[in-house]
Amino acid sequence: MTQSPASASPAASSPTGRGPIGTRHLLHQQPAIFEQGTAGRSGASLPPCDVPAVDPAACFGELSRAQPAGLPEVSEVDVTRHFTRLSRWNYAIDIGMYPLGSCTMKYNPKVNERVARMPGFAGLHPAQPLSTLQGALELMYRLEEVLREISGFARVTLQPAAGAHGELCGLMMMRAYHQSQGRHPKKVLIPDSAHGTNPASASLNQFETVAVKTGSDGLLHADAVRAAIAQHPGDIAGIMITNPSTLGLFEEQIAEITQAVHAAGGLVYMDGANFNALLGKVRPGDIGVDCMHFNLHKTFTTPHGGGGPGAGPVGVSARLVPFLPTPTVEKDGDSYRLDWHRPQSIGRMRSFFGNFGMMVRAYTYIREMGGAGLSQATEMAVLNAVYLRARIQDVYPVCSERPSMHEVVVTDKRLKKETGVQTLDVAKRLMDYGFHPPTVYFPLVVPGALMIEPTETESKETLDEFADALLSIAQEAAQNAELVKSAPHGTALRRLDETRAARSPRLRWLPASATPAQKG
Amino acid sequence: MRYIPHTDADIDRMLRVIGAPSVDSLFSHIPAALRHTRPLDIPALDEVTLLSHLGDLGARSIPSVGATIREGAALSFLGAGLTPHHIPTAVDMLLCRSEWYTAYTPYQPEVAQGTLQAVFEYQTLVSELFGPPTGGDVAPFICNASMYDGASALAEAVLMARRVTGREGSLLCGALHPHYAETVRCYLAGLCEPGTLDAQLATVAMGADGRVETAELERALSERRSTVACVVVQTPNYLGVVEELRGIAQRVHAAGALLVVVCTEPLSMGVLASPGSLGADIVCGEGIGMAIPPSLGGPGVGLFAARADFVRQMPGRLIGETVDQEGRRGYVLTLSTREQHIRREKATSNICTNQGLIALAFTIHLSLLGRRGFVELARLNLAKAEYAKSRLTALRGCQLAVSGPTFNEFALRLRGPADEVAERLRKRGILAGVPLCQPSFGLSGLPDADKTLLIAVTERHRREDIDRLASAIDEVCP
Repeated sequence: MTQSPASASPAASSPTGRGPIGTRHLLHQQPAIFEQGTAGRSGASLPPCDVPAVDPAACFGELSRAQPAGLPEVSEVDVTRHFTRLSRWNYAIDIGMYPLGSCTMKYNPKVNERVARMPGFAGLHPAQPLSTLQGALELMYRLEEVLREISGFARVTLQPAAGAHGELCGLMMMRAYHQSQGRHPKKVLIPDSAHGTNPASASLNQFETVAVKTGSDGLLHADAVRAAIAQHPGDIAGIMITNPSTLGLFEEQIAEITQAVHAAGGLVYMDGANFNALLGKVRPGDIGVDCMHFNLHKTFTTPHGGGGPGAGPVGVSARLVPFLPTPTVEKDGDSYRLDWHRPQSIGRMRSFFGNFGMMVRAYTYIREMGGAGLSQATEMAVLNAVYLRARIQDVYPVCSERPSMHEVVVTDKRLKKETGVQTLDVAKRLMDYGFHPPTVYFPLVVPGALMIEPTETESKETLDEFADALLSIAQEAAQNAELVKSAPHGTALRRLDETRAARSPRLRWLPASATPAQKG
Repeated sequence: MRYIPHTDADIDRMLRVIGAPSVDSLFSHIPAALRHTRPLDIPALDEVTLLSHLGDLGARSIPSVGATIREGAALSFLGAGLTPHHIPTAVDMLLCRSEWYTAYTPYQPEVAQGTLQAVFEYQTLVSELFGPPTGGDVAPFICNASMYDGASALAEAVLMARRVTGREGSLLCGALHPHYAETVRCYLAGLCEPGTLDAQLATVAMGADGRVETAELERALSERRSTVACVVVQTPNYLGVVEELRGIAQRVHAAGALLVVVCTEPLSMGVLASPGSLGADIVCGEGIGMAIPPSLGGPGVGLFAARADFVRQMPGRLIGETVDQEGRRGYVLTLSTREQHIRREKATSNICTNQGLIALAFTIHLSLLGRRGFVELARLNLAKAEYAKSRLTALRGCQLAVSGPTFNEFALRLRGPADEVAERLRKRGILAGVPLCQPSFGLSGLPDADKTLLIAVTERHRREDIDRLASAIDEVCP
């Protein structure tokens, strides 16, 4: 790859004196897999046909395929190099700090991967008789047990496949609960700082979202919640509250808020995206929360996989237990069984039992850490965020004066005013320093937000390097704003044209011979 | 704790910079009444003890799928929506590169081109399997970056059809996987006024051949004139039978509805014409069996492809091609104005993530198989299943439950109760198939379901494995 001369500058300007951390190394241009290989090449190794061959056309007639699907024609060597080279174009936790706020990109233990691949877990088919699945059912039962201990909820369903799937599941249970009471309230209160999945999940239950403004201190105020309730008397299904909020703040008035929502006949849903801030400190089930999803891929270290799979178990208070998805795992004496006979259940959210492979990893992590280790993780996650805040807040003002928990949200307002450099530029320049950028421009209520979540697995040295990089970028912005605005310089590709991608979408590879109609 | 790097000295230095007296003081703004005061009751385990504990748990189940058929402790013919195939060694070896599995959603494309290009290739492969062939006049399908699994993908397809048509009704036809039908029901319940679900969601029975009864379909469509958003058909269906999609598509389109096709066995696309070429509007399915070991059914990968003109109504992430500042080809997340982080309550779906790593495994496996290998593997599955059919239907009192053509799975009616036969065979180390009376795996409307086994046969089974199944069934059948 060609490198911009400016790519050398992080080293020169890095105040750590450790030399370049950046992303320069040998990278190959890599065409699409469909552009490689040659007709007739294959990476397949198939057993011989030891039974009489069958002609598909004789079986299926017109339903048989005339033309094979346009798969690549490459050897195993081609495939291995292709996907190895592509992997090198990714930033990843195993490469460096990945402080993507709200995503909890903590280290993913290697032992989890080993355990998930044990034949006694990976080799199980979901339709096996239960007598052959006892270990898997026991693991699910035990995972529910430890999640209950951590959260204080009455029961936990492991079925939802991701956080947003858990939200959907929780809201379905809330709707079913109200219907069982002969009520059909329509309104769900959602703070303006919430993740977009919250209102989208509410809509999938035909709930109408009522946005509640956060106060100037960044907190959700009980008065604002009470005022919103008063505007919709008798029509409050519940509230969805992220705690700590997306501003990284503990919702200090959650007790009064919970009380107000319950008094109005509503239920309290807590978005558990930020649960890494609360392990061993606060148990949502103990403080009046009716329902919360866990993100096993955030708090409990199952790998994010380049965008999934995740897993989103949901904990519930006693009054929502009858509505849990089927099946639940139950213990009878020494054996485990599935309970399908739950007449008030919302039913099934997906096929089979959920993302079992993720459950194995999360259980492994929880048992390695133990209760004390999990509390320590929370303490160090908060210490890391608060430390970073202290290191950078003079240059990057914090969104709220209230104490930060596991993440800190800062803004570009000073930098932008003084140098014209914005959050996006800072994010891109961080890549030249060898870091993944934080979450940017979220939450929406903070203009130019940089949402930084270091997690507990980063050391003080790494945090210092990251803080130094941010401070150095601010200096660069003052001295040579163009250098920052044109970043990144050291990555395989420079900034990409997202407008062009959306204006004339090309969502699949097409051969050069494709007709204009196909190319859209 | 090996994952937490802080020494006491680090903590002291950090607290000094913060100006806080103690770590506990960082939590002092949490009202005392809300604080949990006792330690969490979970003992910690070192790696040696941990592996021993998890190894014990693993040993309490009997794996049915291993790297070799012998490594699985049972000889398994289980399918029912998850037909495990041999996953070449290279797939998991490449998946274990932590640049893949410890990355997240490619929000920052300059440092995520690996994931972006791989998923773009995945989108292309799935479009090739399910869409009309390129080279014709028909615009090709497009595919999203994947959904959670096949069943939730179908629920999302039904919601998409409602958006596209502005209608509310859905017809689930013939032998649809029961988990898929239940998931659709669960999703739709949230969108219906209480008591109206049954009016919006109806089922159409299958015929004696196991296929959709077209007369029934016509009747259902005409009864619900202009209210049906989509008709859902699985092929090969839950009983393994290949549906005659073209005739169904004509009837569905004549009623102004969309045809949503479910495919839980993407390998069948090696020998079957694509649903897109037979008139499907949306195709969804499950790719786990071609991607990773079965893992009790999850994580999987929800395949989701549709006509290109529906792209703005699609759920889920999409990756598109573009260029960087220097004109070099690259990839980005695109058309995100459909999605929840922009559109919030008006989004096409609440889905945020995809199943990136499993989509990658699917892509690597199909790349290894390649154009010819994919077809050969499909033919091998067909041949093995036809051989098994001929062996098993030659047994006294055993016959096919339905007569339609099948790919690599079929329903066998036994001369005795299927669950008892299956249990006797299990004691001999054979998981002969899924008894269609097993909880959550049953199919309503199938006569003699209690005598029926659903049997999947693949490249993993040698001729002698099939022979062993046949003689064992004969021996234990009452």
